[in-house]
Amino acid sequence: MSNSVSETATTDAAWSFRGYEMVVGLEVHVELATRTKLFSASPNRFGDEPNTNIDPVTLGLPGALPVLNRQAVELAMRLGLAVNCTVQRSTFARKNYFYPDMPKAYQISQYDEPICVDGWLDLPDGFRVGIERAHLEEDTGKSTHVGGTGGRIHGSDHSLIDFNRAGVPLVEIVSRPDMRSPEQAKAYVNELRAILVAVGASDAKMEEGSMRVDANVSVRLPGAEFGTRCEIKNVNSVRSVGRAIEYEAQRQVGMLEAGEPIRQETRHWDETDGRTHTLRSKEDADDYRYFQEPDLVVVDPDPEWIERVRYSLPVLPAARRIHLAEATGQRPDAEAILVVTDRDQDAYVLAVAAAGGDAGRALVHVKEAFADEGERPSVPAAALATLTRMEVDGELTATQAKQVLAELVAGGGGDARAIAAAKGFEAMDTSELETMVDEAIAAQPDAWAKYCAGEAKAMGALVGAVMKASKGQADGKAVTALLERRRDT
Amino acid sequence: MANDSATDIAWNVRNNVVSATDVVEQHLAEIDRRESEIHAFNLVLADEARARAAEIDDAVAVGRDPGPLAGVPIALKDNMCTRGIPTTCSSKILDGWKPPYDATVVTKLREAGAVVIGKTNLDEFAMGSSTENSAFGPTRNPHDTSRVPGGSSGGSAAAVAAGFSALSLGSDTGGSIRQPAALCGVVGVKPTYGAVSRYGLVAFASSLDQIGPFANTVADASLLLEVISGHDPMDSTSIRQGPLDITGQLDFGVIGLRVGRITDLPEGASPDVVERMEQAFEALRDAGAEIVDVEVPAFTYGLTAYYLIAPAEASSNLARYDGVRFGHRVEAPDTNAMYMATRTDGFGAEVKRRIMLGTYALSAGYYDAYYGRALKVRRRIAADFAAAYERADVLLTPASPTVAFHLGDKTSDPMSMYLCDTYTIPSNLTGDPGMSVPFGTGDDGLPVGVQVLAPALQEATMFRTAAELERRAPK
Repeated sequence: MSNSVSETATTDAAWSFRGYEMVVGLEVHVELATRTKLFSASPNRFGDEPNTNIDPVTLGLPGALPVLNRQAVELAMRLGLAVNCTVQRSTFARKNYFYPDMPKAYQISQYDEPICVDGWLDLPDGFRVGIERAHLEEDTGKSTHVGGTGGRIHGSDHSLIDFNRAGVPLVEIVSRPDMRSPEQAKAYVNELRAILVAVGASDAKMEEGSMRVDANVSVRLPGAEFGTRCEIKNVNSVRSVGRAIEYEAQRQVGMLEAGEPIRQETRHWDETDGRTHTLRSKEDADDYRYFQEPDLVVVDPDPEWIERVRYSLPVLPAARRIHLAEATGQRPDAEAILVVTDRDQDAYVLAVAAAGGDAGRALVHVKEAFADEGERPSVPAAALATLTRMEVDGELTATQAKQVLAELVAGGGGDARAIAAAKGFEAMDTSELETMVDEAIAAQPDAWAKYCAGEAKAMGALVGAVMKASKGQADGKAVTALLERRRDT
Repeated sequence: MANDSATDIAWNVRNNVVSATDVVEQHLAEIDRRESEIHAFNLVLADEARARAAEIDDAVAVGRDPGPLAGVPIALKDNMCTRGIPTTCSSKILDGWKPPYDATVVTKLREAGAVVIGKTNLDEFAMGSSTENSAFGPTRNPHDTSRVPGGSSGGSAAAVAAGFSALSLGSDTGGSIRQPAALCGVVGVKPTYGAVSRYGLVAFASSLDQIGPFANTVADASLLLEVISGHDPMDSTSIRQGPLDITGQLDFGVIGLRVGRITDLPEGASPDVVERMEQAFEALRDAGAEIVDVEVPAFTYGLTAYYLIAPAEASSNLARYDGVRFGHRVEAPDTNAMYMATRTDGFGAEVKRRIMLGTYALSAGYYDAYYGRALKVRRRIAADFAAAYERADVLLTPASPTVAFHLGDKTSDPMSMYLCDTYTIPSNLTGDPGMSVPFGTGDDGLPVGVQVLAPALQEATMFRTAAELERRAPK
């Protein structure tokens, strides 16, 4: 599998369908990992008994007032600075609408003055996606509609509301409409998730709902103006992001080709039938009657606070990938780089290199063998360093190295050299190997003739014979090289 | 006894001269005697008040000091949350709701040794100027029960005027403390916005609402304001400073003080009120103040801006009364129908009028022309007042254009009712403090109130001026 490291996750391959291109912008909501809610002291905790993490503010009781959570502001700043945004003076507004799980009948959200603006995020292949804004807002409660069909409020017998989630701090990150393919959209979501986790802003779990993605999709002929967009909701996994966008773009192209206009609307992604369905059209949209929230004051982080947050940010995934790529001679978007960095095992690979090991071989081994290990694999870096050294020095073949590594993993470490010796792995001396090659040629003159005549397939039989004679200990590459030398002389 | 000042009651109770129990009984007796005629209260808390008075007497008996308001009976406007005690806002929609928490002012009163004697009537959700917009019927003016006490804090003003309680709290969004104080002949104060916590005050218009005291004397009002003011971490708009410090300066006089007369004040005050105003300026001049003319050109636009901003905020603040979680609910086949039936049945006409006004003012396509423009006017008014305060330390205006009017006089004409707040509204828009102090009588021997206005956090100067007017008031 050593060739897998050269596979890349390049996303710039243009998506095109009957001559149309897609234009995608994403709105990502993430729940911030604060101890308490955005405007009250109730715990921000997932999975508790319904209606236990509540208080007068959460329930919107008369007379209760919101008080902004400083930790939420700081986490929003961490995220914003990590995606190259400017942190600015910001305000809160009220978004007014009636819904039973919205206790005050308005959501407190940042509207025309968000805390973070004008940033960007680079995908692993270097493609840059602009970020328009990232703003703070409160989550709603959770409704469960009992009876009726499809879990919708209409036609249900009654509804249950859990207000534990009401008031949980959210950040909404709005990208610019820069993406042109499902792959780019998926890579964006993955990258954003990695950043959110790295800076400690959120656990960003789509399956638990702590990260939710809405996709704005339109299509156009290259060079034309933006088309009418539809907003896709209920996209609950990275895979669905790709599927929903692909479906929606094709649907829109189909409409245009049939001469039908695209209506601006909100559409619901149905995971089971793999389609999007109309949820509400623009004409049905509420008039939210935004106005500045009079119960809160302006949030204007002073420059000192902003700088303190900036300097407290960890090294971000993109920089870590570049570092690892340079150390291992790979592209930053090589699959092994992505996988190992995502597992937070990049520092370990670098530690193996620092201990005298071969970074490239270490990267391969870590990717292949340490999927179940965490940030700090049980095999000491020095042990893996020794193993990779033996490999590059020709003391072990790739196959042998794998076997030794398996022992190291099973034992949580050990002496690679001793394990190799115990297994009888010794570098085969060249004359011994030459003898085996000559014997294989003599034993299969037909294969040899075909091989010399240019039939590459015939080589397999010859190499196989040598491997058999060596009981699998011969280095496949060395055998091939010897065969070529015999043929060419 | 029922006419003793709060300052005297507290001194006597703290020093074991009288018992809190006796004080409470005297006031309950007064309530028994006249409440059926006045209807100041939505709820009289006789048992609770007796129990609290006994606690205070016990504390005094063992040598503990119950605090600066020891044993003083106080009435709360029924839009302030009291734990476990119904808080109605004089609205059907809050039927049966008992708050699970106390407003910050209620906590502070308890800590100061005050005795809450009842919850007072108001215009529904504090929307009105006569206390006639109450779901529980109107309150009447103790000076003439055929007349209104003013509003919206009419119950609180009447309670003090009738001797039902030595002190009371009201809330003032456009004049709802100062105007009823004037009509009932008591002292009423709207403090600087943010000086008193709004936590637990049921919101009408959040950027304008402020809790403040009613009292029989300027000194009593000062004592109460000192107790309830100060930063509250539960209210983000609360000013970050300690309690106001006023009482010590009440007797400083007004020598050298620049008292502003607004030359372009909107007209409309009746002749009896205008005459008392002239006497008030003269009294202060006699006391050594300098009377200066100032202009506040935008003053006159206050009413218009107010009737866009206040309803806009109210339309949002009152959206939570949806029948889902608490209060009144009218069952209906689906959620939207339940919302509509509940709100149609639960809110009174004036509240509905303002919700519709505010919803319209904030709507897409109208925001800039109405709400947005009103905000600009608000800034302009603030700038005009700031300029006036360059030349004057305080300003004097009538608190109300007229003395108390008869019940029913203005109920059919909302605009005439809105004009009651002409002189009080601007200080809500600017956030500056204002107070009404009784200054003689007008037509039919009814009380007239003079309004003293001051810049933000200059309560001490404002009270000093009011104290001088109180000393020099016509008998």
